[in-house]
Amino acid sequence: MSAQAPVPLADEPQRRSRLAAVLDSDIAYSFLHSKVTIAAAIVALVIIAAAMLAPLIAPHDPYDLRTLSLLDSHNPPAWLTGGDARYLLGTDDQGRDVFSTILYGSRQSILIGLMATLFAGCLGIALGLIAGYAGGSLDALIMRAADIQSTFPAILIAMLIDGTSRALFGEQRNDQTVFWVMVLAIGLSFWVQYARTVRGSTLVEKNKDYVLAARLIGIHPGLILFRHVLPNVVGPVLVIATINLALAIITEATLSFLGLGLPSTEPSLGTLIQIGQKYLFAGEWWIAIFPGITLAALVLAVNLLGDWLRDALNPRLR
Amino acid sequence: MLAFIIRRLLQAIVVMLTVALIAFTLFRFVGDPVNQMVGIETSAEERAQLRQDLGLNDPVVFQFVRFIGNAARLNFGSSYQFKTPVIDLIADRLPATLELAFVSALFSLLVGIPMGVYTALHQRSILSNVFLAASLIGISLPTFLIGILLIFLFPVTLHILPSFGRGDVVHIGFWSTGLLTASGLKALVLPAVTLGLFQMTLIMRLVRGEMLEVLRTDYIKFARARGLSDRAVNFGHALKNTLVPVMTIAGLQLGSIIAFALITESVFQWPGMGLLFLRAVQNVDIPIMSAYLLLVALIFVIINLTVDLLYAVVDPRIRIDARTA
Repeated sequence: MSAQAPVPLADEPQRRSRLAAVLDSDIAYSFLHSKVTIAAAIVALVIIAAAMLAPLIAPHDPYDLRTLSLLDSHNPPAWLTGGDARYLLGTDDQGRDVFSTILYGSRQSILIGLMATLFAGCLGIALGLIAGYAGGSLDALIMRAADIQSTFPAILIAMLIDGTSRALFGEQRNDQTVFWVMVLAIGLSFWVQYARTVRGSTLVEKNKDYVLAARLIGIHPGLILFRHVLPNVVGPVLVIATINLALAIITEATLSFLGLGLPSTEPSLGTLIQIGQKYLFAGEWWIAIFPGITLAALVLAVNLLGDWLRDALNPRLR
Repeated sequence: MLAFIIRRLLQAIVVMLTVALIAFTLFRFVGDPVNQMVGIETSAEERAQLRQDLGLNDPVVFQFVRFIGNAARLNFGSSYQFKTPVIDLIADRLPATLELAFVSALFSLLVGIPMGVYTALHQRSILSNVFLAASLIGISLPTFLIGILLIFLFPVTLHILPSFGRGDVVHIGFWSTGLLTASGLKALVLPAVTLGLFQMTLIMRLVRGEMLEVLRTDYIKFARARGLSDRAVNFGHALKNTLVPVMTIAGLQLGSIIAFALITESVFQWPGMGLLFLRAVQNVDIPIMSAYLLLVALIFVIINLTVDLLYAVVDPRIRIDARTA
């Protein structure tokens, strides 16, 4: 894991492929010897693939209002009495096929989760690199901001950003802005951990000879950071990112469930559960429970993968 | 030690001021306070008069200082939705949230610690593996989903325990408690379990980890060599030393329990502060939002400060670090 900067340029491709081969075999070994991890990977892959291919495999288009009929609403799953073979998992209050809404909903949940994790990662890595490399008052400013933010739960910060956006956009808040507000809100509430980790490793890396050499030949500090330091500090970030992906999906689902996230016209899994909660007491459990199971399976699988990745990359922690 | 306390106090004040600045910025610049307070038929002159009366024409720095002064006297203005002072609304709902938080914290400790001890002492038993697998699921399930599953299981399917509200409450002075009535206690069960489950799994894993560490140490081996009974070793020596870090984390978690209560309050329509804040975010009721923000920040700062100071009392290394730093 301790990849040094490629100083002699000619050797670079060979070094990298050898490193990749060692890394691959190590990780492949621990992967193939953990049944739980393989199961988790399969579950995650199935859900993610199904969600991304939703327009192709969903039997109905839940966004196409013309295909919906209120006569078909509140149908139980196909195997129960009163079920309709066209709607495998039943229909919701608007006559939407629950299976299709789950596919489309997972797509929203996963996309927002990925975007938010990516955003938080980029922001945290950039701030961590700058704080670690620049030091001094800039470092102090960034890290104190991180300290203050980390005293509050992420969900509260995300809610606050969402509430602010409501006040700022007012009536112009449409579905597209909501998507990006969610990405922004969740991303901004998760950057601290990346920044702390990256800052820590940057402090170590910046005193190494290759950074000194790069500085001596007059390479621009920005280029040193992103071309040379970044590749050497990015390892632990992957682990944080996997675990944060699960957290981001949970946060999005929670916000949507609380009615602060995606609207019911473009639902995520959280919105679907919120819609279904109203009908739980009427015995129509399928509207909330099936999206709930999907969400739980997705988060559990991603968490297990994150745990495995942490153990595989840091054998010492085992 | 005194220097350490002063440093931590100063840090706490900086945190509070930063949060106050955010709350003030929200209040002052997000949306127009005057527009929120008056109706459509209010004339321009009346608006200007109100603007002058509220001091919105003063320099921003003055306004901020005044905002802090008001906040220190618990004056957060009036809610845009209810037209009543925010502090009354919060005082009305604070007991519900605090009772819920304390009961679920108690639940997570009383269940989590024994489970952690058991899984550490009987590492290979089937029950331990069941506990560990359950704890993984407990960490992966979002709070609101646990709440919905519990509602589906108990009130809907088995027709026991209420699914929403607080039941009957008894008023003792300004405090309203649901702990003294049967319906209040029944109503508390599901929300408290929902809120406490995540902390419970966290505490269980923590106790297990710490206990395994402690059991490996020399003084435990020595105690066993002396021929002390298993019970004396496990509970008299090992558990006692496990509990210091556990108490720290549990204390820190109390803050997040209060913050996370808002999800549980939403699922169970529990009339607490969180539900108030949630409605405020949905309706852009900024005075409530900023007051809640300040209040939660204050709770967090107080808890962090207490834990830090207690830790410094317990662990002399921190005092020395603080002196040299």
